[in-house]
Amino acid sequence: MSDTTQTYADIGPSSGAKFRQRFLPIAIFAAIILAIPMLDPSRTMLALMHQMAIYIVFALAYNMLLGKGGMLSFGHAVYFGLGGYFCMHAMNWIEEGGIWGAYPTFFLPLLGFLAGGVAAAVIGSFSTRRAGTTFAMISLGVAELIFAGAFMFDSLFGGEQGISGDRMNGPEVFGLTMGPQQDIYWFMAFWTILSVIAMYAFTRTPLGRLSEATRDNPQRVEFIGYNPTRVRWLVFTASGAFAGLAGGMSAVNYEIFTPEALSLIPSGFVLIMAYVGGITYFAGPIMGAILLTYMSSMLSDFTEAWLLYLGLMFVVIVMYAPRGIAGIVFGFWDGIRGSNPGAYLTNWLIRLFGSLLMLLGLIILVEVSVRWSNGWGEVFEPFGMHFPHESILTWIAIFVPLGAGAAILRHVTREKEEMAA
Amino acid sequence: METIVFALLNGVIYGLLLFMLSSGLTLIFSMMGVLNFAHASFYMLGAYFAYTIMGATSFWLALFIAPILVGLVGAVVERYGLRKVHANGHVAELLFTFGLAYLIEEVVKIVYGKTAVDYKIPDLLNFPAFTIYGASFPAYRMFMLFIAIGMLIGLWFLLKKTRAGLIIQAALTHPHMVGHLGHNVPLIFMTVFGIGCAMAGLAGVIAGNIFVTDPAMAVQMGPIVFVVVVVGGIGSLEGAFLASLLIGLIQNFAVGINASFAEIFWFTGLSPTSEIGDITISSLAPVMPFLILVLILIFRPRGLMGEQEL
Repeated sequence: MSDTTQTYADIGPSSGAKFRQRFLPIAIFAAIILAIPMLDPSRTMLALMHQMAIYIVFALAYNMLLGKGGMLSFGHAVYFGLGGYFCMHAMNWIEEGGIWGAYPTFFLPLLGFLAGGVAAAVIGSFSTRRAGTTFAMISLGVAELIFAGAFMFDSLFGGEQGISGDRMNGPEVFGLTMGPQQDIYWFMAFWTILSVIAMYAFTRTPLGRLSEATRDNPQRVEFIGYNPTRVRWLVFTASGAFAGLAGGMSAVNYEIFTPEALSLIPSGFVLIMAYVGGITYFAGPIMGAILLTYMSSMLSDFTEAWLLYLGLMFVVIVMYAPRGIAGIVFGFWDGIRGSNPGAYLTNWLIRLFGSLLMLLGLIILVEVSVRWSNGWGEVFEPFGMHFPHESILTWIAIFVPLGAGAAILRHVTREKEEMAA
Repeated sequence: METIVFALLNGVIYGLLLFMLSSGLTLIFSMMGVLNFAHASFYMLGAYFAYTIMGATSFWLALFIAPILVGLVGAVVERYGLRKVHANGHVAELLFTFGLAYLIEEVVKIVYGKTAVDYKIPDLLNFPAFTIYGASFPAYRMFMLFIAIGMLIGLWFLLKKTRAGLIIQAALTHPHMVGHLGHNVPLIFMTVFGIGCAMAGLAGVIAGNIFVTDPAMAVQMGPIVFVVVVVGGIGSLEGAFLASLLIGLIQNFAVGINASFAEIFWFTGLSPTSEIGDITISSLAPVMPFLILVLILIFRPRGLMGEQEL
C-alpha cells in the first residue's frame, strides 16, 4: 500500500525537465537577442527589430488576457496607448528638468507599466465583471469611447499631431546616450528580455494558474473559494500594465504618440498577431509578433493588398489551425518524432503542396484583381510572366492551381478520416 | 420648435435603422451564441450591392434584390465558415467573424475602390416631404421610416404569428428538442443567419445613400450596433428595440444642443475657454452611445431588458 502513495515532489517534473522546459527556451531567446548586434545589422533591420520588440511585449501582454485568461479584448491598444502617452509626457518633463530631470529615459517603460496598470485597473473594475462575448463588446465600446475622447483633450493627447518629445535628455544609464539606433537596440533588448521573463514568471504564479482555471471553468474556481471576477480584474490589470510597458518602449523608439495608437486598428492588429502566432503556447505571440511585423513592413512594399492577405491568413488560421503557427511548428516537431515519421512527413508534404498550390492561385487572383480595379492599365508581371485580366490564360492560371490545391487537400482530409474510422 | 420635431423624426429613423441591424444581431446571438462581428459588414455589402444594381436597373429593384443577395452571402458564410468553427467554441466564432469583417472590407476596397461611391437617392423620392417653420424634411427620410416600420411589423409577424416563427422561437431556447421533433436545426440556423444578414443588408440599401457608401461605413456602424445590443440586454429583442430608439434619439438631440460645459455647469465657475468648459454637447454626440454603454454597465449590468446579469 505504501508504495502507491506519492509525495507532491514525485509527481512534479524532474529538475532536468524543469531546466529544459522553463529555463532553456528563455535563455536561448535572450542569447539570440544579445548576439544579433554582432552581425552588425543595417539601420532598416534595426528599426524593424525595434518594432518587433515592441510588438513581442505587446502581443505577450495581450495573450495574458486572451490565451491565459480567456478574455477576448478588441480594445487593448488603449492601455498600450495610455502607457505610451504617459511616457511621452514624462519625456517632456525630463527635458524641462527639475526633479524629473534626474529620471533616466532608459527607465521610461517602467512609467508606462504603471500608467497602463492604473488605466487597466480603473477600466477593468467594471469591464471584467463578465468574460466571453460580453467582455469583448465592452472592450470595444470602451476603446471607442477613449479614442473619441482623446480628440477632445488636446493638452493630454495633442490632437491630430499627437505629442512628440526628445529621448536624449536626462541622465545616462549603462553608458547609453539613447541617441543612435544601436543604443536603442540595447534598450529594447533589456526591456524585451525582462518582460518576457516577467510574463513567463507570471504564468507560474498562483494568480497565473488561477487565471487559466477561471478561463476554463469559473464556477469551479468559485467553489474552491476564489472570486473569478477578482481574478479576471487582477489579470486584466497585469496585462494592461505590460501593454503600457510596450507603449513606453514605443514612445522612446518613435518619440511621438498620436491618438491613432489608441484606436481599434492597433487593437485588432495585436489580436491577429497573438492569435496567428498561437494563443495556447507561451511562445506563440512571440512568433506571431515577429512574423506579422516582418510581413507588415516587407509585404506592404510588394503589394497594396497585403491587408487582404493578412485577413485571409487570420481566417484560415481560425478555421484550420486554431493553435496557430506555434501549433503547426510544435505539431510538426511531435509528428516527426512520433511512431511513424515517414507517413507523417509524406502526409505533411502533400498538404503543404496543396496549400501552396491554392496560395499560388489566390495570389494571382488578388494581384490581377487589384490592378484591374485600379484601372491604371498596370499588368501583374511576376518573374517575367504576364497576367493581363482580359486573357483567358490568366484565369486558367488562377483557377487550375486553386482547384487542384483544394482537391488535394480534400483528398488528404478524407483519407485521414477514413483511417481514423 | 422645428429643431425638436426634426431631432425627434431623425432620431426615430436612426433608431429604427439601428434596430434593423441590432435585431438581426440579437436573433443570431440568442440562437447560436455567436455575436456576429461582421454584421455591420453585411450592412455595407447591402449598400454596395444596391449601388451596383441601381446602376444597372433601378433603385426599386435594388431595394428587393440587394437584401436577398446579402442574405445569400450570409447563408453561405454560415454554412461553410461558421459551422466549421462552431466546434472550437464561441471565442473562435467571434474571431472568425472578426476576420471576416476584415476580409469583406478589403474585398470591397478592391472591387469598388477605396473612396466613396456615388450611391444616390432615387429622383422619385428626392423632394421635400413637408415644411414646418420654414425648414423642409426630405421625403426620402419618410420613406426610410416607412421601410423600417414595415420591416419591424414583418419581423414581428414572422416571429409571433407564423409556424416558422414558432419553430425559430423554440430553436432559440431548446435547439436539441426542436431537433428531436424532426426539424432540421442546422438549416434553421442557416436561415436565421441569412435573414439577419438580409435585414442588415436592407438597412444598408436605405441608409447608404443618405450617409456615405465607402469602405469605412462598416467600421463606423459596427461598434454602435454592439453598444445597442449590450445596452438593450444581450439576447433581448425588446431591449434591442428600446436601446436602438434611445440611442438614436439621444444622439440626434445631442447634435442639436450647442451649449458648452461652461454654460451648463456655470455654477461651478468653469471657464468657457478651458478645455473642459469648451466641450459642447453636440461635439459629444458621436461619443454618446459609448458613454451610455459605460453608464449602463456600471449601474445596470444586465442591460435594459436583459434577463440575467451580463
